Amino acid sequence: MTIAADLEVVAQPEFGSTSWLGAVGRAARKNPAGAVAGVVCFLLVILAIAGPSLSPYSPNRIDFALLHAPTFAHPFGTDNLFRDLLSRIIFGARNSLGIGFAAIAVSIALGVGLGLTSGYFGGAWDSLVGGFMDIMFAFPALVLVIFFVTVFGREFATISVAIGLILTPYTTRVVRTATLGVRNLQYIEAATALGSGHLRIMARHVLPNVAAPIIVVASVNIGLAILIEASVSFLGLGVSSDTNPSWGRMLQETRNVWQQAWWTAIIPGAAISVAVLAFNVFGDALRDALDPRLRGSR
Amino acid sequence: MGRYVLRRLLLSIPVLFIASILIFGAVRVMPGDICQIVLQIPVPAEEQCNNLRHELKLDKPAVSQYFHWIGGVLTGDFGTSFFSKRPVGGEIQQHMSTTIELAVLSIFFAFASGVPIGVYSALKQDKLADVVLRGLSIGWLSMPSFWVGTMLITFPAKWWGYSPPVGYTHFWNDPLKNLEQLYLPAISLGLALSAILARFTRSAMLEVLRQDYVRTARAKGLRERVVVSEHALKNAMLQVIVHLGLQVAFFLGGTVVLEYLFALPGLGTLLYNSVITKDFPLVQGLVLVFAAIIVITNLAIDLSYAWLDPRVKYT
Repeated sequence: MTIAADLEVVAQPEFGSTSWLGAVGRAARKNPAGAVAGVVCFLLVILAIAGPSLSPYSPNRIDFALLHAPTFAHPFGTDNLFRDLLSRIIFGARNSLGIGFAAIAVSIALGVGLGLTSGYFGGAWDSLVGGFMDIMFAFPALVLVIFFVTVFGREFATISVAIGLILTPYTTRVVRTATLGVRNLQYIEAATALGSGHLRIMARHVLPNVAAPIIVVASVNIGLAILIEASVSFLGLGVSSDTNPSWGRMLQETRNVWQQAWWTAIIPGAAISVAVLAFNVFGDALRDALDPRLRGSR
Repeated sequence: MGRYVLRRLLLSIPVLFIASILIFGAVRVMPGDICQIVLQIPVPAEEQCNNLRHELKLDKPAVSQYFHWIGGVLTGDFGTSFFSKRPVGGEIQQHMSTTIELAVLSIFFAFASGVPIGVYSALKQDKLADVVLRGLSIGWLSMPSFWVGTMLITFPAKWWGYSPPVGYTHFWNDPLKNLEQLYLPAISLGLALSAILARFTRSAMLEVLRQDYVRTARAKGLRERVVVSEHALKNAMLQVIVHLGLQVAFFLGGTVVLEYLFALPGLGTLLYNSVITKDFPLVQGLVLVFAAIIVITNLAIDLSYAWLDPRVKYT
């Protein structure tokens, strides 16, 4: 048993051996923009989670002035239905970011499962997975989500799964490539010789060594997921209703008053852009820090 | 080369075939009673319903329905729309040109802006201009196309009272009016692609500029402009084109939102309306056409790559 324990130490080069905190500090000094983006991402997540207690008003309170320009009491102004835009942005973060994160979770679960096994076993299974991913690539991202939502309903879960499915081929491809790079290394051979089963080898030896690319692809894709969710809700096909705001839908709701009230045309779109930008920059920084080989892969 | 083309062509057929089965299957499990949707009355009479089911061949087993549909598709008959009662194929054909024109214009815009920016960025690597352009391009990439469109609609109208004519005029009827209606959506849609192209071009150029043949070209005393445009850019574009294939699916999805925003009668608007009204024959025909466009585009990209790069041997 001691030999197996030793092998597990060997099986985790660089990634697990250096301290996470130290690595983060070094990366932050090297890439200040990435560090700032990371902080913004963190704040956005806090906003989405703690939104209800941070929001100045209820998102559905309708007794404010009609289309009031930004003031101290309403930093983002009010909309065409007498509602406070800041409160709606804060509540909207739950849908916009929540679906983004849920979609990433779906794509990671599927992508890691498929990518790990297809890279590890190869052969017919690999061809089958590859073929299926080719078919997934044949659907325009947004068309697939619209289709999915029409068929299975406009729920938080269905939209998350639809977006997750779109992102799955990218995750699968990255995980498969990383697995191929690991699977013929000596420690895998050693683990096989020690009589470990396939499942144990994949979970204990391969997975930790492809963790870096997985984290990278997730953080790069999250901006994409947020953008797709925003597009769907802008089309009015998203999860939100009048009383459950989402950023894309907020932009669409004020269509007829954009010229009259410029802030209604700017604020929701700016919220989407800031969130996507923060996750994109942070994702790029993570990629550079964790896996320089993937640089420029998107 | 000939064999490669043939093999690649043959490989795209099963992809479309399986895609068509998935689309067909998904449409079958859509919620809602066909009867209510088509007849637009809450409680239709049983007899009316049965007639309708018979007329739409819904009383046959799913497999024979599928073969009926796909057989029609192969001969150009996509079925009939529930509401307009017109052939789906005709509807698609009628709306296709708008989408294609929008796509072509925005791809043109993306190449015309993205490639020069990428080249310039690579030549000024890590100088101020490069840092600024890289920052801008990641910013553009983060802005949703429909928000760019929103601002392009709102602010010219607010400040200068300018807004392009609403709707869509065919290019052949009035080319200038047509372009005036399309340039704003084309820019909104192309901006993100332009940013992607700038990033791809920059990294490809940086790699190519370090190659030996570029050094040789410089050593021969060629002017820098010739080295960059003739020797480096041509080879860099090969890499850019390969990466482009993955973007097609996202790009084409974007046309749906832009058509919706600018009220353009394209495939996206048709899809949006057919989804809202649950016009199943139209939905399944459209999704299949979208898939076909993507498969064909990717095929074209792969083949052009094989054709452009003589170093690559395909068997």
